Amino acid sequence: MTDEDGSDQGSLEELMAGFRATSGGATARFGAAQATILRDLVGQIAELISEDWPGAAGPGAGERGWPDNGPAGPDDLAAMIGLTDNAKLPDDPVLARLLPDAYRDDPEASEEFRRYTEQGLRSGKVAAAQTVLATLPAGGGRVRLSGPEAQAWLRALNDVRLALGVRLEVTDDFDNRVEEIAPDDPRAAYIDVYHWLAFLQETLVRALS
Amino acid sequence: MSVAPAEVERPETGEKAVPDLPWVTIVWNDPVNLMSYVTYVFQTVFGYAKPKAEKLMLDVHHKGKAVVSAGAREAMERDAETLHGYGLWATISHDS
Repeated sequence: MTDEDGSDQGSLEELMAGFRATSGGATARFGAAQATILRDLVGQIAELISEDWPGAAGPGAGERGWPDNGPAGPDDLAAMIGLTDNAKLPDDPVLARLLPDAYRDDPEASEEFRRYTEQGLRSGKVAAAQTVLATLPAGGGRVRLSGPEAQAWLRALNDVRLALGVRLEVTDDFDNRVEEIAPDDPRAAYIDVYHWLAFLQETLVRALS
Repeated sequence: MSVAPAEVERPETGEKAVPDLPWVTIVWNDPVNLMSYVTYVFQTVFGYAKPKAEKLMLDVHHKGKAVVSAGAREAMERDAETLHGYGLWATISHDS
């Protein structure tokens, strides 16, 4: 048995148990390797979403205030009210899945929607990723989440799974195809991770329901 | 609110006389999102009771898509934006 607050890694049973409910939130214990993998994947998503993002361009963006810079130019203003110049569906299939078109057969309406919403969507996803990074110790250990933190975890875990799903080319019959993926296929290592994250998310949904 | 004087003629065809035709938000099936998560999102975002949320989730799963909300276009765009935040694949269309 291990103490809840100990820095030990916990029993294998605990590490495989996923989340359980607490009053108002959820808790789980992570091993060092689990924490490393999850932090790495969540960090990659945050990076991918922040790239090529006009609103996040340049150092100190986002802290850019009115007083220091004088009157804001049109670009600053656009960034401030969340307008995006780049209104096309992203080329990267992962980004395209995370930031999808809102209209199926109306590219013009999709672009208009994207212009007004994409920046907010991106910053929401980055914030969720940052919540995971801020609450999951790099060396593993006990994670205790408030309600809002648990919500952020749910969304961030889902984004990581969506990204892995695109890269692994997950389809409805994926479980049948898994056996066809050779052990030396670079995707093989991520299949276990993908399944683990599904389990983790499932336990978190259950803890919050 | 103000009331027009009686002697002023009102135009017969006020632009606002006909309410906007309803728009809908559609959620599409995808092979990654967990069934439990999709149900949870419908409950959280729309405040639907679990049976309704579960039925919509099963429609998405079995029929490939489901209409999850209907109303004015602006409201549907807000719903789609929120659902994208949760990673659901949502689109807006005119219910015609």
